Amino acid sequence: MKKIIMMLVIMLTVAFTAQVQAKTLKLAMDADPVSLDPHVQLSGGMLQYSHMVFDPLVRWTKTMDFEPRLATKWERLNPTTVRFYLRKGVKFHSGNAFTAKDVVWTIDRLKKSGDFKGIFEPIVSSTAVDDYTVDVVTKNPYPLLINIATYIFPMDSKFYTGKDEKGMDKDTILKTDYTFANMNESGTGKYYVKTREQGVKVVFEKFDGYWNNACNVDTIVLTPIKSDATRVAALLSGDVDFIMPVPPQDFPRIEKTKGVQLATMAGARIITLQMNQNRVPAFKNKKVRQAIVYAINNAGIAKKIMKGKALAAGQQGPKGYLGYKDSLKPRYDLKKAKALMKEAGYANGFEVSMIAPNNRYVSDEKIAEATASMLGKIGIKVNLKTMPKAQYWDQFDAQVADIQMIGWHSDTEDSSNFTEFLLMCPNKETGYGQYNSGNYCNPAVDKLILASMSETDINKRSAMLKEVEQLVYDDAGFIPLHWQNLSWAGKDGMNILDIVNTMNFPYFGDLVIK
Amino acid sequence: MFAFIIRRLIQAVFVVVVISILAFAIKQSVGDPVRAITAQSVSAEEREAFRDQLGLNDPIIVQYLRFAKSALHGDLGNSFFYQRPAVDVILSKAPATIELVIVASLLIIGLSIPMGVFSAIYPNSFFSRLLMGASIVGVSIPVFLTAIMMVFLFSVKLGWLPSFGRGELVDLGGWKTGMLTLDGWKHLVMPSVALSSTLLPLFIRLIRSEMMEILESEYVKYAWAKGLTRKRIWFVHAFKNTLLPVITVGGVQLGILIAFTILTETVFQWQGLGFLFMEAVERADASLLVAYLMFVGIVMVGVNTVVDIVYGMVNPTIRITGVK
Repeated sequence: MKKIIMMLVIMLTVAFTAQVQAKTLKLAMDADPVSLDPHVQLSGGMLQYSHMVFDPLVRWTKTMDFEPRLATKWERLNPTTVRFYLRKGVKFHSGNAFTAKDVVWTIDRLKKSGDFKGIFEPIVSSTAVDDYTVDVVTKNPYPLLINIATYIFPMDSKFYTGKDEKGMDKDTILKTDYTFANMNESGTGKYYVKTREQGVKVVFEKFDGYWNNACNVDTIVLTPIKSDATRVAALLSGDVDFIMPVPPQDFPRIEKTKGVQLATMAGARIITLQMNQNRVPAFKNKKVRQAIVYAINNAGIAKKIMKGKALAAGQQGPKGYLGYKDSLKPRYDLKKAKALMKEAGYANGFEVSMIAPNNRYVSDEKIAEATASMLGKIGIKVNLKTMPKAQYWDQFDAQVADIQMIGWHSDTEDSSNFTEFLLMCPNKETGYGQYNSGNYCNPAVDKLILASMSETDINKRSAMLKEVEQLVYDDAGFIPLHWQNLSWAGKDGMNILDIVNTMNFPYFGDLVIK
Repeated sequence: MFAFIIRRLIQAVFVVVVISILAFAIKQSVGDPVRAITAQSVSAEEREAFRDQLGLNDPIIVQYLRFAKSALHGDLGNSFFYQRPAVDVILSKAPATIELVIVASLLIIGLSIPMGVFSAIYPNSFFSRLLMGASIVGVSIPVFLTAIMMVFLFSVKLGWLPSFGRGELVDLGGWKTGMLTLDGWKHLVMPSVALSSTLLPLFIRLIRSEMMEILESEYVKYAWAKGLTRKRIWFVHAFKNTLLPVITVGGVQLGILIAFTILTETVFQWQGLGFLFMEAVERADASLLVAYLMFVGIVMVGVNTVVDIVYGMVNPTIRITGVK
């Protein structure tokens, strides 16, 4: 009898503990969200936060398809209008019900946000047809409306309306001062922010009213760990369960260590160098530009410096993007490069200056050094200067050097965005070519990109964007280096690859820990 | 005494003014704060408008005067990153650094005195030679390396100590302390040892050489001749005089200790002022930078004042000018 009672007690205890055992994820990233207001800054960190606490209308899947979230489906009513049908029975963290009114309110607020207004500029108006239907109207036919809908994280309009204790409007957007929205949140996401000490720790707790319960993580403790070495040590010592990003020099170590796993995935950020044609007359010569592209062994950089965790590029957009053209490969060929230099009349080479950041992209300084020495082989002497990102961009804009490094990730996950910012003829009025420090200008490219911006036929659009990549490739309009991989690492039993994607917004709301 | 303190206060004000001017000059070259808080795709016009709104386009003199005016009211401006007054941010992070510096200083004092005295009294013993050898090595290893090696050994390999952060904290009316919990102490061990490793060898050597010199002096020889006990000669007559230069150096070295908190805190993700400063530099968070530098300046002036007063107490023959 005693034994049976003992057994029962043990079984009950086991059953009980198994039930209440709430999984906690200890997460370390290089930074924590700067604010609780998703509209205050357009940055990777803020979008990662938004995906935890808010939920977008639609989101990208790993294979770059759209997945319904708060919008269950959508249809194009006419060339300029798209209708979104919203999910029913969704609640905000405050308890308020989610309706079409909140979507309209959120879009209006996005148009007021300094960081987002550019992206939402094509939208003219949005109206709530009924409680669960929203019509969004654009100025011209706009092919990327669903793409930008991934940035619409509906906010609780009731919660954010009115005045706070200080008498300020609750919906105020301010980057550098107190606002209600900076300090409080009410989204529809899987987690709500339980406690937050900026720069030290954020604790996310499961929201009981969430509409989808795929994951078994109840609490996420996010600690920012700035130093790469410390972040890796924290994972290896078991102090945290999941880290991002992972510094490339530690890949082999994590792969070798038992109990932890490394996950990497091709990213969509292209690292490029721009050759300033206004500063160096030789760069006006197509042959010289081609020679430079031929001289740079970007596959070697990806292999040696990036430890194989990058994909050498021959064009701007990665595979999966509309403009991606399979035939545009990296073209390293030193002999050909030398021959082209000779043909162009620069057999003896020349001297140029170059700048690159040293803490912005993965291994950026080493990459810059490697390319500088590669150019030395075709007689181009490069005077390289690297600097921290806080100082770099002013120098970049001032075009202080002949060759400048820039990495770009398309906000819309669409090929046209690269060209729009990096290679269209620079124009102060329209803002096109804002980061074109190479001053490359090909009217045919501009024409195609502008046309693609209002072409809603996906096949026609794809053809246009492919042609753009081809034109730029033939012109050697820029020096493509690689798309850098994204990296995460976690303890075993964490299904990292199920929740990550090329945008680097892990969907923690889907995480299942074994 | 009163005049001395008044004079020191005036000095402090002067130091702070100079620091604020220097900090303002530095602020111009650490970079553009607007870049750090706006998306890359934001248009140039939008960014310019934002810069105007923050007053960053005004001439530097105008910016400085505006800053000085509000600084007189105790407002050093808002930290761009923390979205609240820089003074608040500094005060909320100060306890972490103060605790770290206190524990490290106690370690330095507690270890360097017995070690230094021992190796002065028995310069030829094996232990003294070992100490001297080790202190040479200690002095030449940079603190971030010590810190990283400790993390590797004690956290990653042995799993004894936590690798980062401050652990569980207890809030004592705004002062968040890690000194009241076991977890907090565990987190304190490695950072404070790493930080003390920078100055400990220096102090051992300093105390040793001072003490050896004094043991050779006439009055000590006289004391021996008089037949005083060993203890009295070593610890009352010799040691007390050994302390004089040590106190002076100690006051000056505190600045170095604060400088080393920047490295130590970065490695251990210790959320104190040094870490704050590094991040502020990286983010070009100008107001925070200026506030930090002014804070450290005030602390340094304060500490040196205390050191001078203590010096006068330990050595009555030295009269601080103004002390009556």
